[in-house]
Amino acid sequence: MLNYTIRRLFMAVPTLIFISIVIFLLLELAPGDPMAQVPLTVPAEVKQKMREALGLGEPAPIRYWKWLTQIFWVEPLHLFDSLFGTNFSDGYQRAISWQTRSPIFDIIAQRIPQTLWVVGVAYVVAIVIAIPVGVYSAYRQYSLFDNVGTFVTMIGFSVPPFFSGVLVIVIFSVWLGWFPSIYDTTLRVTDWDSFLAQLRQMVMPVMVLALQITSQISRFMRASMLDNLNLDYVRTARAKGVSEPTVILVHVLRNSMIPVATVIALGIPSIFGGAIITEQVFKVNGIGQLLIGSIEANDLPMVQTLTFIFAVLIVLFNLIADIIYGILDPRIRYE
Amino acid sequence: MPDGAQPILDVRDLKTVFLTRGGEVHAVNDVSFDLRPGELLGVVGESGSGKSVTMMSLIGLLPMPPAEIRSGRAIFDGLDLLQADDDTLRAIRGARIGFVFQDPMTSLNPVFTVGFQLMEPLRKHMGMSKAQARARAAELLDLVGIPDAAARLKDYPHQFSGGMRQRVMIAIALACDPQVLIADEPTTALDVTIQAQIIELVKDLRRKLGMAIVWITHDLGVIAGIADRVMVMYGGQVVEQAPVRELFSDPQHPYTRALLQTVPSLRGKRAERLRVIEGQPPVLGAPPAACPFRPRCGHALERCGRENPRRLAVRPGHEVACFWDPASGGERHA
Ligand SMILES: Nc1ncnc2c1ncn2[C@@H]1O[C@H](COP(=O)(O)OP(=O)(O)O)[C@@H](O)[C@H]1O
Ligand SMILES: [Mg+2]
Repeated sequence: MLNYTIRRLFMAVPTLIFISIVIFLLLELAPGDPMAQVPLTVPAEVKQKMREALGLGEPAPIRYWKWLTQIFWVEPLHLFDSLFGTNFSDGYQRAISWQTRSPIFDIIAQRIPQTLWVVGVAYVVAIVIAIPVGVYSAYRQYSLFDNVGTFVTMIGFSVPPFFSGVLVIVIFSVWLGWFPSIYDTTLRVTDWDSFLAQLRQMVMPVMVLALQITSQISRFMRASMLDNLNLDYVRTARAKGVSEPTVILVHVLRNSMIPVATVIALGIPSIFGGAIITEQVFKVNGIGQLLIGSIEANDLPMVQTLTFIFAVLIVLFNLIADIIYGILDPRIRYE
Repeated sequence: MPDGAQPILDVRDLKTVFLTRGGEVHAVNDVSFDLRPGELLGVVGESGSGKSVTMMSLIGLLPMPPAEIRSGRAIFDGLDLLQADDDTLRAIRGARIGFVFQDPMTSLNPVFTVGFQLMEPLRKHMGMSKAQARARAAELLDLVGIPDAAARLKDYPHQFSGGMRQRVMIAIALACDPQVLIADEPTTALDVTIQAQIIELVKDLRRKLGMAIVWITHDLGVIAGIADRVMVMYGGQVVEQAPVRELFSDPQHPYTRALLQTVPSLRGKRAERLRVIEGQPPVLGAPPAACPFRPRCGHALERCGRENPRRLAVRPGHEVACFWDPASGGERHA
């Protein structure tokens, strides 16, 4: 297992290098000029100087190399420095956002908590709801509970967040006035009141995201349980006189979780992407909004870095999914 | 076999029906049999003749719905299993009645160790501690002939071969020293050599432990050497029941006679091609009003289409449900 994990980690390196080249080149070749927003009254020579200041004058391979070393060498050094008060990163240029002129990773670090709060909580809520719902729906297939569940998850599946988001805003903010329609990022949780305010502003975005994720995971859970419920080993467990809760929650659930755990792990990076719309609707200034804003402002390094981070997350969680699979399924573990 | 002893299991007029979308399926029709302590009863019949459903009905292993037990009683050690509640049945299953199923490749849970699966009934029914259960589990694996038993408790089912897995299944079924072992085609999925080994093992275990066994098979040849009595099933009914020697020497029912001709080792004549019984076993949408075997029977009489023959003793311990008499070649007269 350890061997396998290490092998997979090494295999991920060329994948990531390839992805980084593709991302860099794609965005490099895309039309758009970071100077486009600079007023026309600024003379051409000045613009040229500004370009050089941004490092735009150099050939693409050199800029790619600089970008890569900034991400993989300078930033980790800087992180180490700020954690332990050392000075290893002195004299190295950090990756800078064109739009704000401040280090990319500082901006990301500011934005991540918002995304994690909303998206992370939504994901956890979704898993906590989806697994029992999926298990029970399968156990009582075609019951009222299962039919209602099927109906609700179908809605959750098919209604996009930009619609359900606006809908809950209309219902809960405009009509009922229970929750604020705009997420206030400046809110600091210092006491019970501010904590409650934070909870209240999280409810709607979490609800919208969780509905979608719950729908997907509970459907998976249900299907996986149904696949297992009629298998021979379940009959064996019953023939041993094992109690019904043990049959379902130990024998069947343990087997059914194998594909579901994989789906959950694989879904984690995609929620960052999927949250872009929800963040936009509720004005949560997280990673998703940062990406949209950077694209609009032609902030090439920021877009490249964010896209690359998404790619790293996807590769990483693929690896994690494989490892979880191996842990849950002894047939894989002992290959 | 102690003749005349009180049966450990006495089943009367069992009727099991499946309620499906296409209507009712009468899988078991008025099945009656008994099983005496220490006896090995062979149950033979083509696939679909209701052997598994009969046995699973007894012990609450059928999913209800779609299954429904319409009538009957099944007295096990003084208790009617068909009237017992779930908890009572659960306490009997795996403790006093053990099961072995057909496919050892799928009957064990792939994600738990063999030790865990073997210790489960021990802990549940015998109230053993983990350490006690582990020690007993190792003994059991050893008993069913798995080498290096204690070490293999930590292994998963996929690390065992098919034959070894079936040995594990037998160990699980015998874990709590049951009075009855129901083996539902335990060798059908195995190669011939492995099949012979498993049969030898069961013979041996029976001598050591003395439980009664119901051995289901569709192959008469398999149980020729081990059964005390044989019950032949067709269309959800018991068509013939006799001590094993008598069934082979003097088969009464045309279906039994046809089955015997499909056993190559018993007929022995190499030139004679294995005979197959033409036609398909029925799926009964209603309780049979006529003999269910009639469409495939070479000796069908006019009466067979009007009436479903009842079981009749031709000799003590030998019953047959058929109007045709092989001795006279005409209708049987009671
Ligand atoms: N779950 C079920 N739903 C409907 N019919 C079933 C079901 N299980 C078994 N049957 C029917 O019951 C009959 C007897 O099946 P079974 O006892 O499994 O046969 P055997 O074990 O002798 O091969 C068959 O005709 C089969 O179609
Ligand atoms: Mg069967």
